[in-house]
Amino acid sequence: MKRPVLSTLLVTLLICLSGYAALFVAPDERTMHAAQRIFYFHVPSWIAMFAAFLIAVIGNIAYLTTRSPKWDWLGVAGAEVGVACCTIGLITGPLWGKPAWGIWWTWDPRLTTTFILWLLYISYLLLRGMIEDSDRCARMSAVFGVFAFMDVPLVYMSNRLWRTQHPAPVFFGGPKAGVDPRMGRVLLLCVIAVLGVAIALLLDRYRLERLRYELGELRLTIESRNLDKQLSVSRERI
Amino acid sequence: MKNFEYLLAAWIAVWAVFFFYQINLGRRFAKLRDEVERLKQQIQLLS
Repeated sequence: MKRPVLSTLLVTLLICLSGYAALFVAPDERTMHAAQRIFYFHVPSWIAMFAAFLIAVIGNIAYLTTRSPKWDWLGVAGAEVGVACCTIGLITGPLWGKPAWGIWWTWDPRLTTTFILWLLYISYLLLRGMIEDSDRCARMSAVFGVFAFMDVPLVYMSNRLWRTQHPAPVFFGGPKAGVDPRMGRVLLLCVIAVLGVAIALLLDRYRLERLRYELGELRLTIESRNLDKQLSVSRERI
Repeated sequence: MKNFEYLLAAWIAVWAVFFFYQINLGRRFAKLRDEVERLKQQIQLLS
């Protein structure tokens, strides 16, 4: 896959800078120490996941209204990148939870709704693999994608609506919420880095789906030409 | 640094997921591109 050298270098630089800032620049947290620094990868992965699933549902709704395959490509690209980011969040969460809470996992509303979201989008991707007809596949998965997205606001609101083991929201969580300004700056850098990677992956996944579509069109062309050939041969025989 | 092993594991997990996903995308892309080229040649032969 050819990608502009400049954007690849920029994303690589951002990854290195964010890693350095998260490990060495951000101030140490008094109780959790190094484990708190997982925050700089955990929160950006959720932000990237929300962005990817939002792009996916925009693609799904646009496909259902326009029936243009481009929106279907965008839908599947967003869903797959969202699943990758969600997987990262589900791995880094327990790695932070163990030193902070003493347990790897608990079925509290935030964690449970997030796990369900992951399962829903895994099902979305599996569903696409099970339907052979491309139009039907795009239609069915778009409908399922819209349904799956309904869990996203629930995940976001879960630790605002219910008492959870998961910490209260750090941002947009009321007057007591917020972090040290230095932590905030490092987090912003990490968010930009993870979003940069997610955008690069999304564009690659979109190109892959476009190529798959091209392959389908070529197969149809060959089939129709073979059919034409067979018809002309049978006409000659008659 | 206390709890460093958790931080290291999380850091590796993040970039491993992204890295392997990128490798996977590259492989799938190369496979499809070869198939597209093969079919294009087949169409040229048919016409």
